[in-house]
Amino acid sequence: AGAGAERRSGKELTKVGSSGGEMWSRTLLKSLRGARQSSQQSGERSLGTLCIVEAKDGAGGLDSASKATLACAQKHLPKPFVALVASDAKGASEAAAGEIASLAGVETVLHGVSDKEGANGLLAEPLSQVVAALVGKLEPTHVVTGSNTFGKNLLPRVAALLDSAPITDVVQVVDESTFVRPIYAGNALSTVKFVGKGPLLLSVRTTAFGSEALETAQGAGAEVASVGAEEVAAGAAAEALSEWVGEEKSESERPQLDAARVVVSGGRALKSKENFEMLEKLADQLGGALGASRAAVDAGMCSNDLQVGQTGKVVAPELYLAIGISGAIQHLAGMKDSKTIVAINKDPEAPIFKVADYGLVGDLFKIIPELAEKLPSQK
Amino acid sequence: GEGGGGWKAAMRVVVGIKRVIDYAAKIRVKPDGSGVDTANVKMSMNPFCEIAVEEAVRLKEKGLAKEVIAVSMGPQASQDTIRTALAMGADRGVHVLTDAKLQPLSIAKLFKSIVQREDPKIVLLGKQAIDDDCNQTGQMLAAIMDWSQGTFASQVAVADCQERVSVTREVDGGLETLSLKLPAVITTDLRLNEPRYATLPNIMKAKKKKIEKLTPEELGVDVSSQIEVLSVREPQARVGGKVLESVDELVDKLKNEAGVL
Repeated sequence: AGAGAERRSGKELTKVGSSGGEMWSRTLLKSLRGARQSSQQSGERSLGTLCIVEAKDGAGGLDSASKATLACAQKHLPKPFVALVASDAKGASEAAAGEIASLAGVETVLHGVSDKEGANGLLAEPLSQVVAALVGKLEPTHVVTGSNTFGKNLLPRVAALLDSAPITDVVQVVDESTFVRPIYAGNALSTVKFVGKGPLLLSVRTTAFGSEALETAQGAGAEVASVGAEEVAAGAAAEALSEWVGEEKSESERPQLDAARVVVSGGRALKSKENFEMLEKLADQLGGALGASRAAVDAGMCSNDLQVGQTGKVVAPELYLAIGISGAIQHLAGMKDSKTIVAINKDPEAPIFKVADYGLVGDLFKIIPELAEKLPSQK
Repeated sequence: GEGGGGWKAAMRVVVGIKRVIDYAAKIRVKPDGSGVDTANVKMSMNPFCEIAVEEAVRLKEKGLAKEVIAVSMGPQASQDTIRTALAMGADRGVHVLTDAKLQPLSIAKLFKSIVQREDPKIVLLGKQAIDDDCNQTGQMLAAIMDWSQGTFASQVAVADCQERVSVTREVDGGLETLSLKLPAVITTDLRLNEPRYATLPNIMKAKKKKIEKLTPEELGVDVSSQIEVLSVREPQARVGGKVLESVDELVDKLKNEAGVL
């Protein structure tokens, strides 16, 4: 079985770079296997970190959560690292793999585990089995992914399969086994240490690592390869558990909420969906993204993916405009790390004013049009 | 249950609930940095767990479930939380009594033992507890049971055949719908439903409902932690700024003081 696997993996290697690539990649696999065998004897793990990133079709490159994951691995976690690209489309996973291969610290980029029709490949049941099998083969000390809905859905499932307690939503790496994560809607920060036998699985908050620029490698890029057939096969049985039926996505030309430089966010006081559209114009004028409080989403003024808060998106833009938002603890949890916060509310006692750098007390239906008129266009 | 044509309500549903600091309470970190102060603070059922109980009770009211079992793990006071679930309509409770600080992986293992005893078709959990904000337990339970998982659910619809459930999830890009094979673990998100208040007659009725008491030892689960909390601190406080007089002043400040325009 061992020899068979070697032959299969050899056939699936794709050549990247110069013609010396193919020979180099076979040697690489041999040395990885050799390292694993000797590590099994010595009890030490051979690989540093396994990064799991998601590349969605039509997303136009790596998303902010994936970049934050790679930045964390590059700057704070043991090297070298192997990146696994999970995707719902072959083109997207290949493109992302190529992008990652040029980064410093990467040894191999694996893709092709989940390039299936209709986003089946991102489902947690089969993917978690594939990741667990890959961990068994590569023996990384750390496994890292982003703390977005993809990572939140996947990582704990992988962790349980490996009987390892994960550390999720990390905002700071103290050392390779010590991390800081927010609790109680960010009203407290907990410093925790992993004392299990490993591997150590963690997910990282985009806003905590997203601004660290990714370093490119000197010289030739890393090997890009398909995930081995054995690992892919590990997920086969679990495919029967779930089926992707459909999605309702908000299509928008605006920047992604968790990566935008400016966020224009509306609350309950907007009163209606039509009024909410007034904010869209302001967002476009500022070249920003649209956000919302839970109350606005609950009232049907906008879609759920705009929700900023403890259980929604966490953002830290240069400028956050909180319009008609009272500033409940749960909302603050999602935006209090913004560089500049502006609050516009008719209630001078609203808690939002305690965290805002600048506030305007008044009728937002008068203030917003005036603001739109007087703000320079950023487009 | 009689024989004949259609499907009967055969399903048992297990709901997990957690007692946490009330969502509106002010959080105080202990001066020694060992944790958050819970003494004399209002405790309540985790809001996402309330939504889970509500969804389970609705399944019963729709005739899709025959029994709802509310399960909580924690100290003696967790009983109060189970009583609330019973008052909302759960049929009976299970309390795993322990003073140990439980982490999601241990909780998932305890749930596995309960699930093996109770044989439910659906386990409903809140997507996260508002104290540790982990968002892990549901996914872990599904893994160790080798079940399907529908996390961050905003809509749940059991298929007529009762062998599958359709779950619409709130994800980063919007909404996603999956069809899951039963049995399944489903974790609830905010907009799945609006939980009912327990009425006084139901609170009185709940006192007669049974709560079984178990311990981790009886269930054969090791609840020791792989993660140590070294310290807890408050984040750096954000200093409030100033309320301005006009839009002109705001634009000026944003341009010339904050430099964000």
